[in-house]
Parts: sequence; structure tokens; C-alpha cells
Amino acid sequence: MEIYYRDKSIETIDRISLKKLQLEKLRKTIDNALKTRFYKERLKKAGVKSGRDIKSMADLEKIPFTTKDDLRGCYTDGLLSVNMDEVIRLHTSSGTTGIPTVIYHTRSDLDNWTELVARSIIATGANKKDIFQNMMTYGLFTGGLGLHYGAERVGMTVIPVGGGNTKRQMQLMKDFKTTVIHITPSYMLHIYSKLEECGFSLNDFNLKKAYMGAEPYSENTRKKIERLFNIDAYNSYGLSEMNGPGVAFECVYKTGMHAWEDAYIMEIIDPKTGRTLPEEMEGEIVFTTLDRRATPILRYRTRDQAFVYKGLCKCKRTHRRLSRITGRTDDMLIINGVNVFPSQIEEVIMRIPEVGNNYQVQLEKEGALDKLIVKVEIYSKKKGYRYEGKNIAPRPELPASKDYAARDSGSNFVSQNLGGILWQSN
Amino acid sequence: MIWNKEMECMDLENLKNIQSERLKKTAEYVYKNSPFYKKKMDQKGVHPDDIKSIDDIVKLPVTIKEDMRDCYPFKLFSAPLKEVSEIHVSSGTTGNFTVVGYSREDIRLWAEVMARALACAGAEPGDMIQIAYGYGLFTGGLGFHYGAMEMGLTIIPVSSGQTKRQLKLMNDFKPKILACTPSYCLYMAEEAREIGMDPRKSSWQIGSFGAEPWSESMRKEIESTWDMTATDVYGLSEITGPGVAHECAYKKGLHIFSDVFYPEVIDPKTLKSVKKGETGELVITTLNKKGMPLLRYGTRDVVSINYERCACGRTSPRISKILGRTDDMIIVRGINVFPSQIEHVLLSIEGIKPHYQLVVDRRAGELDELEVVVEVEEKIFSDEMKSLRALEEKIKKEIGSTLGIFAKVKLVEPKTIERSEGKAKRVIDKRAL
Amino acid sequence: MKLIQISVFLENRKGRLHDVCSLLGNHDINIRALTIAESPEFGILRMVVDKPKDAVDILKRKGFIAKLTDIVAVEVDDRPGGLAHILQILYDNSINVEYMYGFVEKFSDKALLVFRFDSPDKAILVLKKNKINLVGAKHLGKI
Repeated sequence: MEIYYRDKSIETIDRISLKKLQLEKLRKTIDNALKTRFYKERLKKAGVKSGRDIKSMADLEKIPFTTKDDLRGCYTDGLLSVNMDEVIRLHTSSGTTGIPTVIYHTRSDLDNWTELVARSIIATGANKKDIFQNMMTYGLFTGGLGLHYGAERVGMTVIPVGGGNTKRQMQLMKDFKTTVIHITPSYMLHIYSKLEECGFSLNDFNLKKAYMGAEPYSENTRKKIERLFNIDAYNSYGLSEMNGPGVAFECVYKTGMHAWEDAYIMEIIDPKTGRTLPEEMEGEIVFTTLDRRATPILRYRTRDQAFVYKGLCKCKRTHRRLSRITGRTDDMLIINGVNVFPSQIEEVIMRIPEVGNNYQVQLEKEGALDKLIVKVEIYSKKKGYRYEGKNIAPRPELPASKDYAARDSGSNFVSQNLGGILWQSN
Repeated sequence: MIWNKEMECMDLENLKNIQSERLKKTAEYVYKNSPFYKKKMDQKGVHPDDIKSIDDIVKLPVTIKEDMRDCYPFKLFSAPLKEVSEIHVSSGTTGNFTVVGYSREDIRLWAEVMARALACAGAEPGDMIQIAYGYGLFTGGLGFHYGAMEMGLTIIPVSSGQTKRQLKLMNDFKPKILACTPSYCLYMAEEAREIGMDPRKSSWQIGSFGAEPWSESMRKEIESTWDMTATDVYGLSEITGPGVAHECAYKKGLHIFSDVFYPEVIDPKTLKSVKKGETGELVITTLNKKGMPLLRYGTRDVVSINYERCACGRTSPRISKILGRTDDMIIVRGINVFPSQIEHVLLSIEGIKPHYQLVVDRRAGELDELEVVVEVEEKIFSDEMKSLRALEEKIKKEIGSTLGIFAKVKLVEPKTIERSEGKAKRVIDKRAL
Repeated sequence: MKLIQISVFLENRKGRLHDVCSLLGNHDINIRALTIAESPEFGILRMVVDKPKDAVDILKRKGFIAKLTDIVAVEVDDRPGGLAHILQILYDNSINVEYMYGFVEKFSDKALLVFRFDSPDKAILVLKKNKINLVGAKHLGKI
């Protein structure tokens, strides 16, 4: 098999040099992190006064973990290490309720991110001749813009469709002979199930590759998709705290996702003890940014569970391979690629005066797509809040909101409260 | 600030030389690379050698919306597909999409003109911008994004919708500039008040509003509601997207970047140029594009052009606000809608006859609402509510997936839609802009 | 034992119901049972009349959209639990009720209800087997 590299020297760098490079970059990152309000205090407590205190990669353990709650606590500028005029973009996590998190980018940060995505694309064997249809939502959600810039860097022809509108997606795939798409696996299966209804057949398409991410799925699902569409499907991993897509990506051998370790330190830890686990042992993924100036993050606990494959990949890349995500250490749900915490749903529905005290969130499959059903009891003036069996604390009085209503609905105004991608039609 | 002083403030004589030079090149380029234009020019008996100055532009053939449809998908491209870096499509008048292909240079050019536009609005490098135009195939979001990036602004790429989130981000990060449709800006004010936020205390000082027609009275309303400066941006995806023209601080017309987009105003009936300053259809020739240059593209927007030097120092001519359309297109929430598109959708649903009417309304502080009124025929009538509801849903969904817009559907009794001389009145626009 | 019901599409605007009723009245057609299913924008008027075919012709000539549907008229004991008894029989035999409504007047000491079933023929068989009285068109015409 032909192997293509974006930058062969860094992608196949020997492990010793890679570790040396990581150490160098880590020291710089720590010095940079010390400029932020948050790490100044956090690292001082841990006895790390400068990057020089890290003598070897073994000293990484001296650095305390950073959690999602830490990031929330830093909102808005606790983790900002440069002047605002150097920042040219910011991405926030969804959260009209609760506290969001924010990641700032300088021009060089965006450049590095773009380069990692371009590297990932090249690793799958795609190139500038490809027609790339991006079906991930554009905007604050990093899935859309992340791949957009990477594909543009590679020189592909980009069709920036964003999510939803299945029929139009198919029409564009047909008319522009799209060769590569970026999509969630559930939406991919949804497209398959709607082909006939929308008046298309697989012969209409010229599809070669699909980049699939933003939600967990099994190897069987990948195989099924590859078989149904007669394409290669590649796993993609990323999270907005670590830029977005382009953190880890599969190469043509599709045996685990190469985590770009010149840009991130990847650890797998036991979520209970915090100890680093050996290869092939499943645990929580922890990342440290090595190239990001505006928002450095040290030892970030992703709450995603996975393991690292043993041995060298046939593609000769030395960057270690991450397994697919096997679970979460918290109760976050991923619904059609959108991260949803049950507490977010609760906040939204409890603001609606007509809703009583009890609710239940049900996740179902409707065809290939996830369907979220929220069952609520209706508030009755006569009876007050109904208690069914369980003793639930009285509903807090929240100001009435109209954001819940479908007022703002319409295809250009989808995904009212939860952010990210909600498929808008079909 | 003026982003590209050299081009934007050039004396008109020099500007004319540059325009002439670029037009000559463009005519040669499309004649050589686009079979469509070669044929068109041959038919009109004009050869690139005949183009000696910008005044010869009238010899060139006119391009119309229907050409876009007939050339679908690639026939209007002058660059080979492998040199096309980005593709944007919008729904066309019927059936086929309207496609625009950008080469890498075109994207750079777009970023440049958008940066000029943002500077017109009053933006300066280092400012923060909240982009609330939709991102994706719609050119509003990415166009502003590229321009802001070029200028060195800090971008919050929110995209459209999610009003609460928009307000929270404004509150938390204090961006100076807002880019969205003017009606959405007013809509956000209502929401702000409802959650106890005083719009006049917002961080937004400058707004770049467009994608739909709006009036001076709306400008006054936005400015007093939000205590900000509201400026108008003009563009259409066929030409590049936003960034074709923009108002400066004097708000006396929109500076069109005529070294890149050459404007003419013609009488839509005779296709002849109108007298200087008179009203007619705006026709634009792209002078610098590579992917899909257009010769004399009829925008169907009705404007007049003012060639006087502006107090801001820019010499680039100013187009008036859009005074109307030469076709029946309406703009709903920034999305272009042709009645023919709706008709096309309705006819694709079994049992529906093309007896319909579009009602557009905008209640105070609300967004545009499009209602599609459809006469019920015997064939589709069922005595079960759920079947009729399902039919409504189907129509909504089809309109949504074809036009990318949310429409209410109202089923009415046969022959109740107002007809004039046997022909139904297709659009009722109740909006007071 | 099936009866014919007329369904008419009506916009939700003033006077439309009156238009239908007076039209039928002027043509000497008597409405025996009637209900309206409504949505915010329109309604479906469903009725049982003494001369359904004539009624539909008249309505259509006046530009209304009207349709005929099979329904079953069932006599129900006018006592607590009377309707429940019938619904139990239907439930036991997996017959779905799409909708139902009552007649304007009573024909005997029993109440008379209109049922629209997903499978009317099966429903008729089952109800008859359980000795439930159904009212046919002839019978309806007589009273």
C-alpha cells in the first residue's frame, strides 16, 4: 500500500527524539501556562515554578490534572496566556445554561491546528484532487471549521454544507462527484436508509472515503458502512478543549488512531488512582497541549475511555495509536454527534412553567439516527406539582423562558439549546 | 480606517485604467477557458481584442440567473475543478442549484474585499467580531469569517440562531462588532429584554447588516435600541458573497469595490445603460476572479449609483440601498425564495395542484415568517386529522430540504386563494420594512 | 351494517359551519350525528345524515371538499360502564378505534355512538358475536 505523509520526518520520528521534543515543548508550555491566572496558582501549589522544574518526562506526574470543571471555573479568561489582540478566534462549548468553556486561538495556534488536520487527511491517502463534502456543523462547534481549514490546506475542493438536509447532501454528492465526506456514523447510516426515498442510488455517487467522528460507534458499524457504501471509513478523534478534530486520526491501515504526539502528550490513566496505565490497558485519556499559545492546557482529563495499541503501525508512523472510544467516565450522552448532559436538559425543561416536576429522558433509534424523547408531566394548577412515587424536591422557581419554544425554529435556526448538530430535516 | 487606500481612494482616471486592464484580461481569460462565454461572445460577434477599455464592456454579453441554472454544475467555471478550492451552492429559481466555484485566489480576493467592507463599517485590527450569519453553504458566515481573519479581528464564529447563546457570548466576551441580518438584530433585542438585559448597554458598537432589504427607519430603530452604528452590507453569492459593497461611516450609499466588481445600471427591459444616477437593474462584472468569473451579471436588484467622491475619502462609487427587484424573488430571514421554487416543491407532492400563495409577515420584534397557503384538493383530503397533518408536515419538510427555510403550511378550501384575472396572486408581503 | 359518514374540509373561519348546515337544511337533509376534529387552521366536519349521497353532491356543487367514509353505529347501554363494556370487547379483539362520537338524539333507551374502526368488517363481526346491537341505514332512516 502506498503511504503518504504530510511531513515524513516528524510523523516517523524515532520515539527517543519524539520524547525529547515533547520534553522541550512541555517546558515551554509550562512557562507559557504560568502566564495564566489559573496555572500560576495551580502550579505553584504543586511546586512547579518554571518549565525547568521538569527534568524528564517522568516529572509529568508532578503536574496536577486539569478537569472540565477547572475549565469552567476559568471562564472567561482564567486560561488566557496572551493579549487579546493576539487572539483571532475563540470557540466555546455549548451551554446557554450552565457555564461554558472557552478556548482561544492565536494565528499560529490556528495554523498548527490546520496543519494537524491536513496531516490527518493525507494519512488517509486523500489529496488535493479530492472533492470534500463537509457534513459537520460549522460555527462554534469545531467539527465543521476544523476539517474545513485542513482540507483547504491540502488543496481539496471543499463543499461546506454543514449538517442536515439529507436530500441536498445526496444531490451535491452526486452532482459534484464528491470523493471524501466528513460525517457522524449515525448520519451515514441514515443517508443509506433514505437513498431510495430521496430518489438516489449508490451508483450516483463517486464516494471513496468517509471521516467519521463526534460520536462513539463500534467496529461492526464501521465495517457495515464500508460494505454498504463500498468505501474506506476512517475514525477521527478530537475534542474542542484540544482544538477539535485532528487530535488523533486513522491512517490507511485503520488499526487505531495515530495521536499526533508532537502536538499533544497523551496519557491513559486509571480514573480512580490517577496512575498512568501501560499499553493495551483501558483507562481515561489525558492530553497536554504542546503547541498552543493562547490557551495551554496541562494534563486534561477528557473523561473519554480508551487504550493505546502496542507496537509500531505498518505505516511506519511512530505516533502511538489510540483505540476507538469505549466509554465515558461521566453521564454525558452523545446524541447525533451533540454532547448532551442530562443536567442541561433538566435546566431547560424546568424553566417551562407548564412543566411539572417529573421528567424522563429517553434515547431511541429512529432508523439510523438517535432520537431524544423527553417525557414531562404537565403542571396542574389545582393539584400543584404531582409527585409520583418518588419524593422529589419542589420545583425551583425559575424565570419563564421562551427559548424552549419553537419560535426560533426553522432550518436556519436549529438546535435551540443544546448546540452543535441536530439534523434539521429528513 | 480604509483597508486598501490605494485602490479605494484612487483617482477615477487611474481607476478606469485599472478596470480597463482587468476587463481586457478577464475577457481573454473567459474566452479561452469557458466554452459558455466563448459561445456567448461569438454569438454576439465580440472578440476579446475588441475590448480596449472599460467602456467597451457594453459590447460583452449579459449573464442572467437562468444561465446559472443551465450551466449547472460546472459549465460556468473557467478554472478546472482541481483548481477550485471551495464550492458554494444556493437553491436556484427552480430545480437546479446555483453554484459558485472559488479558486484559492478567489478566496483570498473575497477575504480582501470583506476586509475592506469591515473597515468601511468601522472595524479595526484587534477588534472582536461576533458572526451570527449562518456558516456553511450560505456565503454570509464564511465570507465574514474570511474577511475578519484577513483583517486580524478576533472571531466568535457563532453562526445563526441560538439567540440566548448569542446574547451570553456578547455579554461574556464584549465583542465590538456584530454581523447578522438586521431583522435578527432586532429580534435579539426582544430576547435580551426578556432575560433582563438592557440592549443599550450591549458591547456591540458596530453592526454590519445585510442579506435582506431594510430601510432607514429600521436602521434608526436598531441604532436607538442597541445604541450602536448600523451599516449596510451588499453581496450575492454569484459574485462572491458579502463584500461586494458596504456603507462607510457616512451612511450615504454603499461603496462598491469597483476595481474588482464593476457595476453598471441598466434598464431591465431594453438592457441599455440608464443615464448616470438613474435607477435600474444592477449589473456586475467580476474583474479579478479565476474560478468562475462572470460578465455583466444581472443581479435583478434595483439601485442607482452615485459617482461623487464620498466625504470618507473613498472614490469607489456608491450604490443606493436596494430599492426593489426586477423579479418576484422575496427574501425571508436572509434566504432568497422564488415562488417558482415553492411551486416546484408542491407539484412534486402527489395530489397537490399549484394553487398556492406565499404570505410573508414580520410581527414587531419577531423574525420573518413564511406561510405557504395551499388549496386542498379532493385527492388529498382525508377524514382523518393525522393524514392531513402528515401532509402539512411533508410539505414543510420538502420546502425545508429544498430551500433550507422553515415555512408554515396552511391548508385552505378550494378556490379561496385570491385570483386576479384568473391568475393567482402568488406573494403577499405584509412586512413593513 | 356499515353506515356512511360525510367528512367535509372546513377552514377555521367564521360562519363556515353555518354555511354547511344551512345548505343541507335548505335541501331538506337532516343531520343525525356530528362532530368536528379541529386543528388551529382547519377542521374536519364529520356527520351522519339521512341522505348522504345527496348531501355530498350538494356540498361538492357548492365547492366544498367532501368524502364518504364507512362508520359503524353502535348502541350502548346508558349506564355507568356501558361504553367501557364495548371498548373491552374491542380491546380483547385488537380492534382500534380511530375516533368516535355520539348521535344528537336517542333512538331507544340506549345511547347511540358512531365508531370509526381501522377494520370495520371485523369490528362488526366481533360486536355482533358479543350481542351488541348495531344500527343500520334502514333503521336509521325510519326513526
